Amino acid sequence: MSWYRRTYDWLERRLQLEGPIKDAVLHPVPKSTASWWYVFGSASAVLLVLQVVTGILLALVYSPSASHAWNILQVLNHQVPLGWFLRAMHGWGSNFMVAVVVIHMAQVFLFGAYKFPRELTWIIGVFLLLLTLGMAFTGQVLRFDQDAYWGLAIGASILGRVPWIGGQLVQLMLGGPIINGATLTRFFALHVFILPGTLLVLTGLHVWMVVKLGINEWPMPGRLVRRETYIQEYNELAHKDGLPFFPGAAWKDAYFAAAILLAVAICAAIFGPYGPTGTPDPTIINTVPRPDPPFLWIYTVLSYLPPEMETPFLLIVPPIVIAVLLGLPFVAGVGEKSWWRRPVAVFTVMFLAVCWASFTHLATSTPWSPKMNAWSGSPIPTAFLEHRTPLERQGANVFQEKQCRNCHSIGGSGGERGPALDDVATRLTEDQLIRQVLLGGGNMPAYGSTLSPPETTALVRFLNTLHPNYQPAASDASRAVAEQGGGPPASTVEPGNGQHKTQ
Amino acid sequence: MDEKLPPPSPQEQEQEQEQLLERDRISRRSFLMNVGLAINAAVGVLLAVPVVAYILGPVMRRREYLTWVDLGDAAKFNPGETKLVSFRNPFTNEWDGETANIPAYVRTAAPGRYTVFAVNCAHLGCPVRWFSESQLFMCPCHGGVYYADGSRASGPPERGLFEYPTKIENGHLLIEAGQMPTLSNRAAVRPCREQSQPTLVKRIAPCPGTDEPTIG
Ligand code: FES
Repeated sequence: MSWYRRTYDWLERRLQLEGPIKDAVLHPVPKSTASWWYVFGSASAVLLVLQVVTGILLALVYSPSASHAWNILQVLNHQVPLGWFLRAMHGWGSNFMVAVVVIHMAQVFLFGAYKFPRELTWIIGVFLLLLTLGMAFTGQVLRFDQDAYWGLAIGASILGRVPWIGGQLVQLMLGGPIINGATLTRFFALHVFILPGTLLVLTGLHVWMVVKLGINEWPMPGRLVRRETYIQEYNELAHKDGLPFFPGAAWKDAYFAAAILLAVAICAAIFGPYGPTGTPDPTIINTVPRPDPPFLWIYTVLSYLPPEMETPFLLIVPPIVIAVLLGLPFVAGVGEKSWWRRPVAVFTVMFLAVCWASFTHLATSTPWSPKMNAWSGSPIPTAFLEHRTPLERQGANVFQEKQCRNCHSIGGSGGERGPALDDVATRLTEDQLIRQVLLGGGNMPAYGSTLSPPETTALVRFLNTLHPNYQPAASDASRAVAEQGGGPPASTVEPGNGQHKTQ
Repeated sequence: MDEKLPPPSPQEQEQEQEQLLERDRISRRSFLMNVGLAINAAVGVLLAVPVVAYILGPVMRRREYLTWVDLGDAAKFNPGETKLVSFRNPFTNEWDGETANIPAYVRTAAPGRYTVFAVNCAHLGCPVRWFSESQLFMCPCHGGVYYADGSRASGPPERGLFEYPTKIENGHLLIEAGQMPTLSNRAAVRPCREQSQPTLVKRIAPCPGTDEPTIG
């Protein structure tokens, strides 16, 4: 007997692991599960391992001290050899993990895998998703920069909306009255011990149940799940038309795992680490906090909700969503698994995917935020100033100076909070413009107390020139009638942008 | 090197265990075991008390978090101006670093009349920016806008900016500060004294025109 065989035997006699491992790895699975659709679960686990490993490596250098964390990230980025790469791997690994976990969830939902007898596997999966999101948020906090600071402020403000115990919850979360060192150490403990510990234990249970209950078979229309017969049917499928999990189905998992790890590494190498952005100094208020990618959609939702819906949405919707996810296997635990026979399920997934994609896309351009420096940084294009009277040009000055540009774009630059004003004169008459400017309304602040009467006149004169050549400015017919002492006006066409051509 | 460490087969093992358990079901040993479990439960509860108290520590100190903070000579704030100031939070450790420097806006509406706003947006706490030309506070997060007096102008916030209680002592401007303003400390919306307000206005600005402070 060779020496390694003897060593193996010596170890195996004491460990006795060969049996259970062989059982787990070689157990027969239905042939249909050896599909590329079934690789996302194992990929999530592989990414979890990647996160643990890169996380431990970062912990070799990181220190959860509010006064040092930011500097240590700079050291990691610039001084520790390849520190930037490990930070990038951890950050991109996190994005990939959230994405793969969500895809995995959508897949098992569409394949009806949450039905009998795998209800508990699904429920634990829901908690795994929540933990993954929790890891993403707490991880963003450990990157202790401006985004982290204001992300915490947003988190605290959300908790502060809880009735009765909101104040206590805020202090519990922050570890004190404000965001400071105690907050960072709390989130460190969460991110490094509490959440990953729970995540690993639950992942273990999740995988254990997959092995014990078998991988969900490929759903066939008309093959209904019944509690009385399912186990028997499944065993028949696995044994008669099955193959051992290893290597029959596992090779695809292996390929995909390698591909995803490579993708993380490539993203890390090309795009580099996340931040840190500015120092976590709250007195630097010229900052534009942005959440990390997994939370961008929430950012959009919170921007578009009407004010009175904010608190109900923040406090009621998340528990409902979680309750629906947890209750799903109990409500729809048996019956049809195939997506061909579950249109509601398919449309739900498609609807959520479209919502998620468009919300996330919106959050990358944030049309609801004023562009804070548009008033000083984006001048009015000269085309809008040519052939204007001095008063109108003065109005353009007022327009720029009073920061109207922060919310209104002209010629394609400026904020998008309010409507673009390139052709505002075709929509509002002079009187309506005056009213809108002075009294505001429809989400626009009132400028009555900030504009002097001459400024208002100049501004409105300028706004009144904003219409295309071929379209006259809107005008109030009755006013024209009154001005001309009765009788209809000769023409309602007023000279506008490029008026020299029409005259 | 032929070692013999044969494991008992699972079934044998189970039977054996069951027999042993059966024999001990009503015996001194099982009684002692139950007592042992009970003792552990009691000790567990006993240990849980300090653990829970430790975790809730920051919550239980709640009332002590407020104190009067000196913002300096009141004369340096010019009437008609809104100025960004910062102060060191009164409850702070050395290792809090820059996070303990808290900004605030001091508005001097008229000589001697000071209003101090928190920079935190009343929506979700982002730092609002002051634009003196248009006399507006704008929030970079979700587009909340406030007027110079702190009342809500537009966007998702459902109320005006949070205000610190102020007082003047020996010519210095003092504010009562120490904790982050959220909707659930004393900064929460309170009913206004005048009842005659139309509901729309009430929703937009909790107590317009009053000097009632909203942070606590
Ligand atoms: S935090 Fe200011 S608008 Fe949301």
